[in-house]
Amino acid sequence: MTTGQPPSGGTATPGPAPAIRIEGLHKRFGSQPVLRGVDLEIAPGELMVIIGRSGGGKSVLLRHLLGLVRPDAGRILMDGRDLTALRGRELDRVRERFGVVFQGGALFDSLTVFQNVLFPIKEKSRLRMSAILPRVQEALTQVGLADMGHKFPAEISGGMRKRVAIARALVTEPHVVFLDEPTTGLDPILVNSIHHLIVELHRKFNFTAVMVSHEIPEIFRIATRVAMLHDGRIREVGTPARIEGSEDPAVKQFIQGEVETQAT
Amino acid sequence: MIGALFVDPVERLGRATLGCVTALGRFGVFFAQALFWLVIPPFKLEQTLHRISFIGFRSLSVILLTGAFTGMVLGLQGVILLRRVGSEAFVGAAVAVSLVRELGPVVSALMVTGRAGSALAAEIGVMRITEQIDALTVMALNPMRYLVVPTIVAGVVAMPLLGAIFDVVGIYGGYLVAVQLFGLSGGTYFGQIQSFLTTTDIWVGFWKSLAFGVIITWVACYKGFYVGHGAEGVGRATTEAVVLASVLILVLDYFLGSVLP
Repeated sequence: MTTGQPPSGGTATPGPAPAIRIEGLHKRFGSQPVLRGVDLEIAPGELMVIIGRSGGGKSVLLRHLLGLVRPDAGRILMDGRDLTALRGRELDRVRERFGVVFQGGALFDSLTVFQNVLFPIKEKSRLRMSAILPRVQEALTQVGLADMGHKFPAEISGGMRKRVAIARALVTEPHVVFLDEPTTGLDPILVNSIHHLIVELHRKFNFTAVMVSHEIPEIFRIATRVAMLHDGRIREVGTPARIEGSEDPAVKQFIQGEVETQAT
Repeated sequence: MIGALFVDPVERLGRATLGCVTALGRFGVFFAQALFWLVIPPFKLEQTLHRISFIGFRSLSVILLTGAFTGMVLGLQGVILLRRVGSEAFVGAAVAVSLVRELGPVVSALMVTGRAGSALAAEIGVMRITEQIDALTVMALNPMRYLVVPTIVAGVVAMPLLGAIFDVVGIYGGYLVAVQLFGLSGGTYFGQIQSFLTTTDIWVGFWKSLAFGVIITWVACYKGFYVGHGAEGVGRATTEAVVLASVLILVLDYFLGSVLP
């Protein structure tokens, strides 16, 4: 797969031209403010992990980036275009460059595993089926499910469903991949296995990735940078080492709290 | 305090009215969007055929069963009533005209609402809460085109066919009772149908079935699309879809019955 993006260079800091720039994003639901001015830049080819407390607005932020929710104020710039101002076909044209792994996988339960991975490429690509089918099989092989194509999502385990979702997200060779808590509900071995898979695919295809996760400290081993969303704003953003060693009380408390919770 | 006593109910009434008008507007816009995507290629033939099979073919058994018994009841009541005035020869015509103009389209539509309408609302509702509709959206694949348009087209295709099957089975159900049970002449039964049943009656039944096909699928898709949260939300959407579609079918039946010849 080719992405057209420059290489990330492992744990490099972001370059001067961000792939995604979020400026002053505000969103409230009724009287409840969820985002109170989020500012964040995501560099091309980096794996940005957004952490924060449950119900803190991480998934809402991700839904803004996907164009599923409109902000009350603020902008999301992707390659210089304001995503929040786009509608219809223009927005679809931007989305064609996305790959998305939803929290529950969001696999089509009436389709088999193979048909799920085939679906986006069959619908969007002008390639012939003879060219598409090997790509689908290759995507399934990459996530270790080469012989599971005939099964329905209900017949496979939670970990396998996440892998299928990753294969479906990557089969169209996206430039930007969004992952919404891809390891929620999995045991520690599967968490590591999914993280390993994400890192491996990220290195191989060099896409820009934005991942929302709770898995601390595991995500510090895979992220290029980590951003902490707290109280509707980005509290701190930096390399995993910087976030782990942060002196900010909110960041420190969150990280230690998560570690303590997982230790017990 | 006294002011609040008067203002609160008015405020609540206003809010309820606004909510009702908003929901009606959304309901209308939803259909307008479906009509828009109906004429924009590419057309999703595979999904449409799948929906026709789901709404039409898989409703066949219930349509055959209810059609037969509706015709049998009509035959039974027709013989009992018409015998009082010495006109039981007309029972075939009474059964056929009642079925083709009225009971065929309405009862078959109510049966399809219960079987397919509820299942469609639940299916689309589950797709919404499990983010499958969001997945379609972010794949730049319009859910209206992939889910709603094929379903409404399938309703338009399947309902008149199901209505026609219901009519035919019902007429034979009436025949079973009137001719086989009460000893009426088979020739008289079908002869009177031939004399009294007109092409206009068949067209009236056809247009009604067509309209009900739109209503069932429109309501089911809408309720599934705007489902609430969790399993409870899906359950409520399913119930609301069945109730709303059934009420709209009966209301529309009256108005179509008034307007059509």
